[in-house]
Amino acid sequence: MTKKTIIPIGPYHPLQEEPEFFKLHVEGEKVVGLDIELGYNHRGIEKLAELKTFEQTVFLVERICGICSTSHPLACVQAVEDAGEVEVPERAQYIRTVIGELERLHSHMLWLGLAGHFLGFNTVWMWAWRYREPILELFELITGNRNHYAMMKPGGVRRDIKVEDIPTIRKTLADLKGPICLFRDAVTDDPLIHARLQGVGTLTKQQALDYCAVGPTARASGVAKDVRKDHPHLAYGRVDFKIITGKNGDVFDKAVVRILETLESIKIIEQCLEVLKTMPGPVDSNPKEIKAGEGIGTYEAPRGEVIHYIRSDGGNRPVRHKVRAPSFMNVPTNQTTVIGHSVADATIILAAVDPCYCCTERMAAVDAGTGRRIWSSAELIRLSQEKTAKLKKEMGVEGPRLKI
Amino acid sequence: MDLGYLILQVLVFPGLLFTAVAGLITSWVDRKVTARVQMRVGPPFLQPFYDVLKLMIKETCIPAGTARGLFLSAPLFGMAAAALASLLIWRAFLVPGQTFSGDIIVILYLLTIPAVSVILGSFASQNPLASLGGSREMKLLLAYELPFVLAILVPVIHTHSIRLFDLLAAAPAVYKPSGIIAFAVAIICMQAKLTLVPFDAPEAETELTGGAYVEYSGPPLGVFKLTRAMMLFTMPIFLVAIFCNGIAFDKGALPILLGVLKYLGLVVVVVLIRNTAPRLRIDQAVKFFWGPVTLAALVAVIAAFLGW
Repeated sequence: MTKKTIIPIGPYHPLQEEPEFFKLHVEGEKVVGLDIELGYNHRGIEKLAELKTFEQTVFLVERICGICSTSHPLACVQAVEDAGEVEVPERAQYIRTVIGELERLHSHMLWLGLAGHFLGFNTVWMWAWRYREPILELFELITGNRNHYAMMKPGGVRRDIKVEDIPTIRKTLADLKGPICLFRDAVTDDPLIHARLQGVGTLTKQQALDYCAVGPTARASGVAKDVRKDHPHLAYGRVDFKIITGKNGDVFDKAVVRILETLESIKIIEQCLEVLKTMPGPVDSNPKEIKAGEGIGTYEAPRGEVIHYIRSDGGNRPVRHKVRAPSFMNVPTNQTTVIGHSVADATIILAAVDPCYCCTERMAAVDAGTGRRIWSSAELIRLSQEKTAKLKKEMGVEGPRLKI
Repeated sequence: MDLGYLILQVLVFPGLLFTAVAGLITSWVDRKVTARVQMRVGPPFLQPFYDVLKLMIKETCIPAGTARGLFLSAPLFGMAAAALASLLIWRAFLVPGQTFSGDIIVILYLLTIPAVSVILGSFASQNPLASLGGSREMKLLLAYELPFVLAILVPVIHTHSIRLFDLLAAAPAVYKPSGIIAFAVAIICMQAKLTLVPFDAPEAETELTGGAYVEYSGPPLGVFKLTRAMMLFTMPIFLVAIFCNGIAFDKGALPILLGVLKYLGLVVVVVLIRNTAPRLRIDQAVKFFWGPVTLAALVAVIAAFLGW
């Protein structure tokens, strides 16, 4: 069979729980081309943010993604704090670190389970998610919620971590190390897993750099890129941890990097808890207003660097809010990694970047009759610039002066 | 023997109905053990029955461009073959005198038909995912049939008979080294014949959304599911019969219990294999069967010729 056929993965497909569309052009079982189509789930979050106050915006961006439900708020509040030059109490910085790392823990466990499921290894799926459960319970203990924690606010965090809860947290994390080491050994020792993952979906170091891949996707290819080390904010400058990197950039390395990162996360949390036991102080500086200006907040989300940009005109709302999620950089790497592999490998390769489509969604205007794209990105930029110019003229303003 | 009695045997016991019920019970064992391995609770005892029953009262959707007759009849071929194979095996257990010489060969052919019916059904639907699943099923069939037949050959060589009854009466094949190798090979081939992990590439839910079954719905899908359950019952029973003397019904309660335990043990082995491995790519599966597995089967056959 050498005829080219299209194997659709999506828009609704058991492989990926979110709506997206990968068009695999295949010859027989071999993938020779890939089209990525997104935009099924666009919610206009950036526009919505302009209608909300800074405090409300944090809740809004929390809902960009259910898995990174602290990475987006964390980047967002840092952008607001950067714009408004708000001080954050030290204790709040440690608590933010703990919440962020707990999120990385549960997110990587979630991916590990899904990866097992995609490989037909459902036992890994069930076990990984079972051991993820205590982490969610910890979240409930600390924040009151299992998934949307609502911990971040401009100027600090909403809840303190109680000193009497710290032993429980430490105990849960200590219990988690055993299962994680079990998964680590299972992945590194199982010959069948080697057969399925090694040499599959390789992203070379150069390709990772060319595509600006971020997070574990880049680190597995040997690019030691990590916001936590490159730009030590929060408590990351004051704790000891390693950046885990791989060599080959194949799916196997991506899995190993993620599993080893969970162990580093536990290490970070334990160090933070040690400090939190004795550190006094408020957890919120309670800023009353955000000065005019612009700010950028970055955080190393479980999937890689997430960037939020916020511009304030001195009022109580952002006048511009821009989000760049890590999957936006990682999903296009599929275009090189998947070519030449079989359909069977394509599924795990597509999943190996730990894609998150609700973060990545961008608008696409499509003619429903023909399926043709009506506006290209260049046209949209032109439209946007025209509208800005028109508004400026109507309002008779030049907009806030940018500090650059 | 009168015709009515024969039809009763084919349709009720030990044919279709018995095999279906026993198959669904086996699939409950499969699901329950799987659940326990995965630290879940698992379904209630009657769940497999409810599942099939529900499919039977659902609507059947036939996609446009489908070869209608083939699409609808393919599941029935598979089910009929699985029921017949089970019938032949159980008649050898229950009424040993009435089996015919060469029934092993007939059973081998019958056990191939469910896979062929899946291939036919998938190609009839013209869905790209289904045809990928169908082509994988075909490759898998070509891969495992050779070592499977070679493995079955070992006890045949030991007993110098192709009649199932003679194999049941002789010393079990697994008492000899060649028999042990052949038994292991047969278990691996059975895993592929049942298209269970690591050889479930033809269905591969997360790749092909069910592959061969993707366009099936309602009663035809129910029949396919039932056929799978029946095969999950028939295949282990066949291997127990060929390699471990099957279930003896004429020597009292203890041998019956022992036979059932042998069978359940084999089912649990199947379930454990499927829960401790990832899915192999189809090319890896074919290489695996034509390489080490066929080699092991050949070694077993040569050893059997030498009398080991």
